[in-house]
Amino acid sequence: MTLSITLTVNGTPHHLALDDMRVTLLDLLRDRLGLTGTKKGCDRGQCGACTVLVDGRRLNACLSLAVQQDGADIVTIEGLAPEGSLHPVQEAFLEHDAFQCGYCTPGQIMSAAGLIAEGADGTDMERIREGMSGNICRCGAYRGIAEAVAEAARKARTEADA
Amino acid sequence: MKSFEYLRPETLDEALAALSDPDAASLGGGTNLLDLMKLGVAGPERIVDLARLPGLDRIETLPDGMTRVGALVRNSDLAADPGFAAAFPMVAEALLSGASAQLRNAATVGGNLMQATRCAYFQDPFAACNRRAAGSGCDALGGANRGHAVLGWSPACIAVHPSDFCVPLAALGAEAEIAGPSGTRLVPLAEFHLLPGEEPHRATALEPGEIVLALRLPAAAAGFAGNARYLKLRERTSYAFAVVSAAAALRIEDGTVAAARLALGGVAARPWRCSEAEEALAGKPATAESFAAAASIALSNAAPSGANGYKIVLAERLLARTMAAAAAGTPAEMPALPGSLMDDTGEAAHA
Repeated sequence: MTLSITLTVNGTPHHLALDDMRVTLLDLLRDRLGLTGTKKGCDRGQCGACTVLVDGRRLNACLSLAVQQDGADIVTIEGLAPEGSLHPVQEAFLEHDAFQCGYCTPGQIMSAAGLIAEGADGTDMERIREGMSGNICRCGAYRGIAEAVAEAARKARTEADA
Repeated sequence: MKSFEYLRPETLDEALAALSDPDAASLGGGTNLLDLMKLGVAGPERIVDLARLPGLDRIETLPDGMTRVGALVRNSDLAADPGFAAAFPMVAEALLSGASAQLRNAATVGGNLMQATRCAYFQDPFAACNRRAAGSGCDALGGANRGHAVLGWSPACIAVHPSDFCVPLAALGAEAEIAGPSGTRLVPLAEFHLLPGEEPHRATALEPGEIVLALRLPAAAAGFAGNARYLKLRERTSYAFAVVSAAAALRIEDGTVAAARLALGGVAARPWRCSEAEEALAGKPATAESFAAAASIALSNAAPSGANGYKIVLAERLLARTMAAAAAGTPAEMPALPGSLMDDTGEAAHA
């Protein structure tokens, strides 16, 4: 069977014909649209490396069929900030050296952006760690990651109050 | 993964017609089904995506005071709903103690009820598993089974149901609203998941072609909101399935337990409601002694199914501790680590 779907990815609408329903959102982003910033780690929803924002909410792209997301608005690491600039979470990751090998980093950053958008976790370190528990870092850069997320959350809150 | 036909019905009638095919599977968020398909454990010929069915993404109060939660409500949305979380705090705590934020954003209420066991032998297509392939045997018996059942198991299957959400629901007398070719019916959540007996391949009370439409919580369940906790022991503080978990909700009047609602998770193929312990606790003083006695009753019929006898003691102690935590009062704010003993509030929780 063939189905046509529409996805807005990083602000650009895509009309895509799917001739195999098995393709996941993750594989479609990487193989069809060439957006390889979203990583394939475990491919089972256990590591968080494939985290993207779907209609503003963080999801594991590996555990969604592309066809399920027909009509959705998707943001990947490539589209988090306008070309040539960094998102506050990206800036904070640099400042706090929140990575070692970098493989989990796009997922960590997208998850942090989603967490901050959810708003409920504030800047409490324990809540940030809990809110980021779906993203595994095998290098163990958790300390820097949590500090970076806290700083980006503080900045987002200050800007919201200003 | 086996290829499949994909259907996205717009009405319930269309969905039920599409599901009349015995090789069809219904799809909610996909976090469990898609994983099982990748593993080769599930291989439906046809997937019926329920996402566009109208009216199932709502939390509403029915005229009789019941709370009705549509099957398509996301786990994260339900836990964050202020009215729902205030009325049923241990349900919200259980939801937030499960999976990760990403998974909770995708997973639905209906899908949580329908999720399969995480038994490693069920998830391995090359292992013998009566639940996956009727009559093939059970490699978990005599295998790596420290996480397996201590209540309600049979020699045919010793798997446990992995849900956190379903544990407080079973305690509170929730019901599943089921739609099928012959109409709509209600099934108590504590009986929705079947004990294995000789037919472990039948996991739920759903008949072929039926789907979960919604969840209903009785109005009286909100009467326990002031003293309700869900605690979960796991091998790491977040993002892990329960080794054992417990839900306890109490109505306390003048230091006496007027009524109790208790259930255990991680111990059986269904969320395990502890009715006898509830009855024994009613009318007793809200003290550590009463809680320990009730917890002992709850586990009195437990038996190891392998190298998991420790779970009996663990579940008994956790249930008593959860009652004590509930007696100390529902926290004003959701704990930073939901369901965790690392985040106990108040001294009474250690009674």
